[in-house]
Amino acid sequence: MLIVKDLFVKVEEKEILKGINLEVNAGEVHAIMGPNGSGKSTLANVIAGKDGYEVTGGTVSLNGTDLLEMSPEERAWEGVFLAFQYPVEIPGVSNATFLKTALNEIRKHNGHEELDAMQFLKYMKEKMRVVGIDEKLINRPVNQGFSGGEKKRNEIFQLQMLQPKLAVLDETDSGLDIDALKIVSSGVNTFRSKENAVIVVTHYQRLLNYIVPDFVHVLVNGRIVKSGGKDLALELEEKGYDWVANPVTEEAAV
Amino acid sequence: METIKEKYISDFRKAEENMNGEASTAFHQFRKSAIAKFDELGFPSLKNEDWKYTNISPLFNYEFTKGADLNISKKEVEKYMIKGLDENVIVFVNGIYSEKHSSIKKQQTGIVIESLKNVIKNNAGLILDHIGKIAEIDNGFTALNTAFAGEGAVIFVPDNAAVNGHIHLLNITGEKDRNILTQPRHIIITGKNCNVKIIESYHSTGSEANLVNAVSEIAVGEGSIVEIYRLQQENESSFQINRTHALQSANSTFTHYSVTLGGGIVRNDTNIKLDAENCTGNLYGLYLTEGNQHVDNHTLIDHAKPHCQSNEMYKGVLNDRSKGVFNGKVFVREDAQKTNAYQSNKAILLTDTASIDTKPQLEIFADDVKCSHGAAIGQLDDEAVFYLRSRGIGEEMARTVLIRAFANDIFETIENDAFHEHLNHLVFEKLK
Amino acid sequence: MSTELSNVEELAIKDYKYGFETEIEMETLPKGLNEDIVRKISEKKNEPEWMLEWRLKAFRHWLTLEKQSEPKWANISYPAVDFQDIIYYAAPKKKPELKSLDEVDPELLKTFEKLGISLQEQKRLSGVAVDAVFDSVSVTTTFKEELSKLGIIFCSMSEAVKEHPELVKKYIGSVVPYTDNFYAALNSAVFSDGSFCYIPKGVRCPMELSTYFRINTSGTGQFERTLLIADEGGYVSYLEGCTAPMRDENQLHAAVVELIALDNATIKYSTVQNWYPGDQEGKGGIYNFVTKRGACRGVNSKITWTQVETGSAITWKYPSCILQGDNSIGEFYSVAVTNNFQQADTGTKMIHLGKNTKSTIVSKGISAGKSNNSYRGLVKVHKNAENSRNFTQCDSLLIGDRCGAHTFPYIEVNNQSAKVEHEATTSKIGEDQLFYLRQRGISMEDSINMIVNGYCKDVFRELPMEFAVEAQKLLSISLEGSVG
Repeated sequence: MLIVKDLFVKVEEKEILKGINLEVNAGEVHAIMGPNGSGKSTLANVIAGKDGYEVTGGTVSLNGTDLLEMSPEERAWEGVFLAFQYPVEIPGVSNATFLKTALNEIRKHNGHEELDAMQFLKYMKEKMRVVGIDEKLINRPVNQGFSGGEKKRNEIFQLQMLQPKLAVLDETDSGLDIDALKIVSSGVNTFRSKENAVIVVTHYQRLLNYIVPDFVHVLVNGRIVKSGGKDLALELEEKGYDWVANPVTEEAAV
Repeated sequence: METIKEKYISDFRKAEENMNGEASTAFHQFRKSAIAKFDELGFPSLKNEDWKYTNISPLFNYEFTKGADLNISKKEVEKYMIKGLDENVIVFVNGIYSEKHSSIKKQQTGIVIESLKNVIKNNAGLILDHIGKIAEIDNGFTALNTAFAGEGAVIFVPDNAAVNGHIHLLNITGEKDRNILTQPRHIIITGKNCNVKIIESYHSTGSEANLVNAVSEIAVGEGSIVEIYRLQQENESSFQINRTHALQSANSTFTHYSVTLGGGIVRNDTNIKLDAENCTGNLYGLYLTEGNQHVDNHTLIDHAKPHCQSNEMYKGVLNDRSKGVFNGKVFVREDAQKTNAYQSNKAILLTDTASIDTKPQLEIFADDVKCSHGAAIGQLDDEAVFYLRSRGIGEEMARTVLIRAFANDIFETIENDAFHEHLNHLVFEKLK
Repeated sequence: MSTELSNVEELAIKDYKYGFETEIEMETLPKGLNEDIVRKISEKKNEPEWMLEWRLKAFRHWLTLEKQSEPKWANISYPAVDFQDIIYYAAPKKKPELKSLDEVDPELLKTFEKLGISLQEQKRLSGVAVDAVFDSVSVTTTFKEELSKLGIIFCSMSEAVKEHPELVKKYIGSVVPYTDNFYAALNSAVFSDGSFCYIPKGVRCPMELSTYFRINTSGTGQFERTLLIADEGGYVSYLEGCTAPMRDENQLHAAVVELIALDNATIKYSTVQNWYPGDQEGKGGIYNFVTKRGACRGVNSKITWTQVETGSAITWKYPSCILQGDNSIGEFYSVAVTNNFQQADTGTKMIHLGKNTKSTIVSKGISAGKSNNSYRGLVKVHKNAENSRNFTQCDSLLIGDRCGAHTFPYIEVNNQSAKVEHEATTSKIGEDQLFYLRQRGISMEDSINMIVNGYCKDVFRELPMEFAVEAQKLLSISLEGSVG
């Protein structure tokens, strides 16, 4: 589904990603782990098309379509969803209006009929139950005055609503207590299916107890230095990032 | 009858006749163009938007004349010096440089701390590129000051030089039964990476009305840090029209404090232009007025280049029938993307007869900016008063404590303890 | 960002949807302005002598002002208006004395339908009473009878001059005297029509009252005059909408609106101003030079101005409140959008005279294209206005890097017990917000609209429902192609 080939990315003249290769197939969950500043969030943002990143080499494609040439909304129509690490507040725009617009835009571009208010409401209620989100939050402006946990839950609620092909969760676990973590994880797990794929970007192994990945990649200093199964996460937890990071520095020293 | 304006012009002609060689110098040509400009502009009136709230006509009730270098005592001068502060002191008596009262420490070669009179005589090239270039001659007072420019201080600091001690420009004005006019012109030029701290204080000796029409021009060099503290402590029948313009080069920081405690009618125009990238400009002001004092602060922060920031905070406490005016303009030019500008102005009215007119202005022509201003006029926070009272502090005391806290807040960022203490003390005395 | 923005720039710009002209036989007076024209206008309208006298006084005063030329202090620039090149009176030829809607010229009705104010429809369904002003005359007023049962007078100004001279005489010019300013003097001399409304003591007007203004004939100026009085304990919510055809020339609109609220009365006055703004090159468009002022004469009275300004080439307008009565309240909520070459200099004055008076100002300025948008306001607290309060929030949003946003708030406080707070911000549209919305599949332009609409929520909330919807649509239309 997603193929990242030899991806090099600069931010303000500094090279952050130095040749990333990654293949994610439908039905798979990949975890990308790494220390702070390793380039995890950069990878997530580049997939979604955020401004300010300069791709100096390589390709990113989704089901054969080149993503790098597309605007953020076109990528969303193709099925890319980014759950933000820091969801932004948008004063005056209600969550419901925002989601109805987004959902109908995506439907329109995929040749589906747009939902009218009644249909939308029904659909939304269904998804609200899945994520267990408070109705009050739905009528409030997007993320405004939400607690950290509420913002993350809102991200997962949007994931459920929009049903993308590829979900990229950027540090969705940060700032969550254990109960919130369980709720968020169950939201992601109910989303998982044979048709879609999930990339979980995280610093800690904790989240992976709840969202069990098929593959784990370790990103250090802009490169994937190790890939493996879910056990790799546990090993990392135990031995720390130095364990995988060191061979790289040795390599660089040669 | 000769109008006041004509009188100044004819004074200029007379002075010109008495000049020897100086009349033909480049510097005097510059004065001549200024008197022509004065002739054209005249004095501002209430009809002029920039002078809408300040009526300067009481000034025309006096005939101000140039004073003499009176023989004042060392003790009198010391009264105005700042205790415990390591200072270079340049004293002006009735606007005239007093060598005998001034004391300048040993400085690195290349640093000039000198009277304008001497610089015009011996080293005019040092200032010709700057004088009149930083402060535009766009009102009558500035034109007049320029036409008569002859006294004031010149401070020149070359690249990477460190000035030993604060520089204190001490202005003492007054003569029995006369109304003195002084027109100081201060020029401050720094090279790259300098650090200069200047105190500019104004005092009166008696209770006669004097007029100080001052202009300061400051060129802040690349990477330099320049701080200016202007303390206005004249008697309450005097007038001061003060104009300060700073022009900033890349990566520089300019900070200006305006503290107005005295003066009958005071008008300050404090303008900075952030003329290169990564500059920081700070304007802080405090005015404490009583009786019939009228204090008008006009500020302009001109963001001409990208990636600069400015902070502005002015505070006033107005008692009796006094009147405050604040007009703060933040101007962001088309090119000045990524500008960050913050402005705040607050005033407390202590009586029903005190008043304040304020106009915080934003004029923005760039889109990638963050600019905000806030203005608040009111009284002391009743809840705060109540809180203090509930802890056993009497009402009057509680109010005094809160007003002082409100005022002293402006000095928070001053690092030098002796100077900080001096300012706190001045505020304490004024609010007593 | 910039590369993506340029895509949006290419988006076709939708036409000004109200830019059609209606072919109706019009009766016009010759171009130009002199005492004779003023007399003719008055004669056409069968006005009583006192009204003509008042007009003439205003005209003579205007002549003295004209010598000093039009006011120049606003932050706008335009070539001088040639006041002799304007038609001061244009009216549909059919006698506008109508007993019911059925008698209205069908062309005219069609026009109003196109404008989205189907009078027929309104009459049947919505319960909004409409007075429609077409060029210079009021064409039709709906719901008149039902309103009159409650003692409410809602009619055209011309009718009021004839039918209710005592009220008109008493109040006209009492809030905005003809000596007030250049355009108020001009309007007082040549005003053609407008709406009049009187709410009697203790009556709460059961429906929204509405006036639609339409400039149609080429070369005409529109000078309507609105007078609204809420007597003791009265309540009224009043809506005003305006449109004009697209033309290359600039047309002048110089209206005067006076509101009077007596003891315990409340007036809500909402405007959606959508005069033709000119084309993308800045050609054509209406000069909208308007004086609007309300007097809170009585104790506990309240006047709320809400305006959404998207149209006009130039807007010069400061709906104000004179807070005379103790405990009276003035409010001003404004959204002003400028795009292309539009210029707006708008804001409010809150004059606190009475004790415990309160005012609130919320202004949202949005500048796009090469436009300039200024907020100009005055909060004045007089000596005797004890315990007055003002809160002002004044925000500017910039879209694109060729526009300007300016704030000129004047604050004058002469009473120590007053509390005045002013906050203002200027910023560009948030890139993070844009990315967030676009990541969810919402197009660039829709994202901008959504953010801008959210930004204006505080003002839209003050509008009656149907107006709020219209305002949001207008906002989107006027921002089209704004990003570049």
